[in-house]
Amino acid sequence: MNSLEFTALIWAIAAVAGFLGALTGLGGGVILTPALTLLFGIDIRYAIGASLVSVIATSSGAASAYVREGYSNVRIGMFLEIATTFGAIFGAFLASRIPTSSLAVIFGLVLLYSAYLSSRKEPDGPEAAASDPLARGLRMDASYPTPEGPRPYHVQRVKTGFSLMLGAGALSGLLGIGSGALKVIAMDQAMRIPFKVSTTTSNFMIGVTAAASAGVYLNRGYIDPGLAGPVMLGVLFGSLIGARTLAGANTRVLRIVFGLVVAAMAVEMIASGLRGRI
Amino acid sequence: MQLTDEKMDRIIGNLLRAGVTLAAAVVLAGEIWHMAQWGSGLPNYRVFRGEPSDLRSAAGVLRGVSQGHSADLIQLGLLLLIATPVARVAFSVWAFAAQRDRAYVVITLIVLTALALSLAGAV
Repeated sequence: MNSLEFTALIWAIAAVAGFLGALTGLGGGVILTPALTLLFGIDIRYAIGASLVSVIATSSGAASAYVREGYSNVRIGMFLEIATTFGAIFGAFLASRIPTSSLAVIFGLVLLYSAYLSSRKEPDGPEAAASDPLARGLRMDASYPTPEGPRPYHVQRVKTGFSLMLGAGALSGLLGIGSGALKVIAMDQAMRIPFKVSTTTSNFMIGVTAAASAGVYLNRGYIDPGLAGPVMLGVLFGSLIGARTLAGANTRVLRIVFGLVVAAMAVEMIASGLRGRI
Repeated sequence: MQLTDEKMDRIIGNLLRAGVTLAAAVVLAGEIWHMAQWGSGLPNYRVFRGEPSDLRSAAGVLRGVSQGHSADLIQLGLLLLIATPVARVAFSVWAFAAQRDRAYVVITLIVLTALALSLAGAV
């Protein structure tokens, strides 16, 4: 295989990952790293470096539309980004300290949990009637557009959400993923923010979180242009097509199939890690 | 002129879209140039050696581009992509200052500092 064929193959796999990631809401990053390490035997550090870069591209691309439409809450996002950026820097620092086999096992476990989460229905917690005093002080309450007009909401348990975001940031930096699922749980379940606002604000935050660990990855030499270039272009292309398809598609069957594929990859990652092959 | 939240959201949205578009265009240009330059010779990704030092910093990448290395042009595109959310945070500092929202100026500055430390290689 020469460099042209390799680039084309990586591009195609990244496009499929981006397409499925957008269609299922799981993001492209979670399946990209296992695909690169398990199928091509690429060192996991190069894989997470490339995957992290693609995460910035897809999240910023999607966030640009959500922010303009008024779904994302910029104040909540900015405040919680304190937690995710420091968490991410810590995670990226940790990634260069622990053995790659441990990285693979942790990745597999997170993948299994993501597969489980994606198989559930979108839960919308009960709406909060009042606000956390901290949320009021930080002017987090807002409203979001619905077919019936703007709908106001309140924000609760800011401290719990902040702590969960530290964890989400650390996982993002450790594994080169967006950890959108955990961010959504922190906002939707803990802080009682409406699901639509949680997912779009999570998307808004992923880019900054990933940029924080990307600095560390770059300085450690994890970001290779020959790999990260085609991965980024492929994922971006795939996710754009995926987002277009999403409008009319029934994704139930696809989500189940995708969940099973992710679970199989997770088991393989864990097994390879335990046998010391990654 | 008053900077409303809606206006701020619109500017942030446009900023993000412009950043991603520009980064993707530069990476694509680098890819095409890269293929034209050699097109064979596959790097070994199975063994981790880390990138050469010129690909690890913005100054090194710019130097590499000026010397005609296509890999550095791809890396420049990736750096532009990483810079996009950073630019969004920097804009937010200014926007919250224009709104005289001191709490959020401080919050945004903390995030910007964390990003700067990470990118400067201080971690």
